[in-house]
Amino acid sequence: MSVPTEWSSAAVPAIEIRDLSTRFGDVVIHRDINLEVPPGQMLGLVGGSGSGKTTLLREIVGLLAPSAGMVKLFGHAVLDADPQRRRMVRRRFGMLFQQGALFSALSVFDNIAFPLRELRLLDEALIRDLVLLKLAMVELEPRHSRLMPAELSGGMVKRVALARALSLEPELLVLDEPTAGLDPDRSENFIKLLTTLQKELGFTVVMVTHDRPTLLGLATRLAVLADHRIVACGTMDEVLAVEHPFIHNFFGSGHAAAAMGQGVS
Amino acid sequence: MAVASIETVHRANSLQVQLAGDWTLATLPQPISRFEARLRELASREAAWDLLSIARLDSAAAVVLWRSWGRRWPASLALSGEHRLLLERVEAIPADLPARPSERLGWLLVPGRLALAAVDNLAGMVALVGQMVLDVGHLCAHPRDIPWREFSANLYKSGAQALPVTALIGFLIGIVLSYLSALQLKTFGADVFIVNLLGISIVRELGPVLVAVLVAGRSGSAMTAQLGVMRVTEEIDALATMGVSRSLRLVLPKIIALAVAMPLLVVWCSAAGIVGGMIAARLQMDLSYGFFIDTLPRVVPVANLWIGMSKGLVFGMLIGLVACHFGLRVKPNTESLSSQTTTSVVTSITVAILVDAVFAIMTRSFGIPL
Repeated sequence: MSVPTEWSSAAVPAIEIRDLSTRFGDVVIHRDINLEVPPGQMLGLVGGSGSGKTTLLREIVGLLAPSAGMVKLFGHAVLDADPQRRRMVRRRFGMLFQQGALFSALSVFDNIAFPLRELRLLDEALIRDLVLLKLAMVELEPRHSRLMPAELSGGMVKRVALARALSLEPELLVLDEPTAGLDPDRSENFIKLLTTLQKELGFTVVMVTHDRPTLLGLATRLAVLADHRIVACGTMDEVLAVEHPFIHNFFGSGHAAAAMGQGVS
Repeated sequence: MAVASIETVHRANSLQVQLAGDWTLATLPQPISRFEARLRELASREAAWDLLSIARLDSAAAVVLWRSWGRRWPASLALSGEHRLLLERVEAIPADLPARPSERLGWLLVPGRLALAAVDNLAGMVALVGQMVLDVGHLCAHPRDIPWREFSANLYKSGAQALPVTALIGFLIGIVLSYLSALQLKTFGADVFIVNLLGISIVRELGPVLVAVLVAGRSGSAMTAQLGVMRVTEEIDALATMGVSRSLRLVLPKIIALAVAMPLLVVWCSAAGIVGGMIAARLQMDLSYGFFIDTLPRVVPVANLWIGMSKGLVFGMLIGLVACHFGLRVKPNTESLSSQTTTSVVTSITVAILVDAVFAIMTRSFGIPL
């Protein structure tokens, strides 16, 4: 019997950002950002509007090249020059876009099956089983798989998009405003769903959100983006201990936020 | 990452299978079908399964395992709690998707569906025309509401900006037509009749039809796509909530602009065609420009020009109507946008040519010199 070797990636951070700077023309967005996210962590990225949260997220997934510095996922550069290696890295994370970004010409089933079919390794019967499994994971019923994206409600769009993001068994899930556009009730359900799935599948999560309940419900750690850099990074209490006008405004007085955190958890 | 591995141990008269390593989509040996066949073969021998050494099990590998077990739990199985949870999820996958409604005689439905769609489209178009008439009535009573800006923008986009391309096409067609006819006419010694031939065919027939095809492809498609995208992004709804009539502000200016621009484009395109023909006749048959220009008004009665322009007017309104009708029917998805745009262009070209045939029959006694 072969002894199971320790999963090698466990020691490598899921996300590693080194000296990252971003400039659009003369406008500086980020200046020398350093950030490390160990596997299994749920990191919430917060910052005022225009502080470059979404830009940073786009740089993490390789949709945008930073002006300087680099982003590594699982120890590999996202923007590797070798297309083969780049594809390998991209297969290891899933992204949930703010509006879902479902392919409107494809049914729910085909949307979730799309990344699996792109692998060109699996037969249709296996893909069918996997799609139905993902649908069940996000608490949708098999009959929903025939619907087109235009026929779905906002909450269902998010669930289908989550199922699609999870279809390749990602080790990292990137969420852009996961609960934007959902009513508080649905948003709470969606947070519960995400936490359950995270416990079960053990993926790392990075998210950008404005919604305080989402942040307190999901994130185990926070990174605060202000003044072109990360001013605080750590657990809720550690972040609250940092004196910064944005943190003060965003979380209000420390006591209220702590009470809120306890209420949610 | 460790590759998924299978170890078999024969013990007494039973077979024990130990699975180890990472069982994930990325680490399963390829091709998966052969790997699965091996597992299935082991399952058929009533083996005892030991999954305790698996480091990571993801749903893809779980589905592969479950299928190889023949979709049931093996008699002897050792595994951790979380892996059991995952396999239980796999067990809950329904065996088949809910069937689509049966379509065995589906082909019988096709003509009926087409007829219904045609009636539906026709009704929509009639409603749109009715709305236009009401809008024009409203504008006559309230001239302040006339959407001058939109009208002039559309006139510029579908009229002025179409001038170069219509001139080019008309000019080239004129050359081709003149060149081909000259070859035929020469053999009969009827060179001078080139003026009659070109004049009548271009002014009366080719000019309007060419412009109709060009405008349908150029402006008709743009109008459908624009209205379609405005539907997708809810801009039309936003207009409605501000109390702005979509027919008055979006549809009417487009139709009127095309109705004004098309006759002028027809004259412009016909002129370019005649110039092209004249140049080709000069090169091919040494027919002087002076003779051509002198003869043209005598052999082509002015009625032909009026017929050509009224065709332009009617085609323009039809193209605008068809484009707006299909644009407003776009559903909020990309597929619908592309199919409605295609239908819009195909329909407007077909309708223009159909109406052209009607024109040919109705005006057969006008404008032909005897």
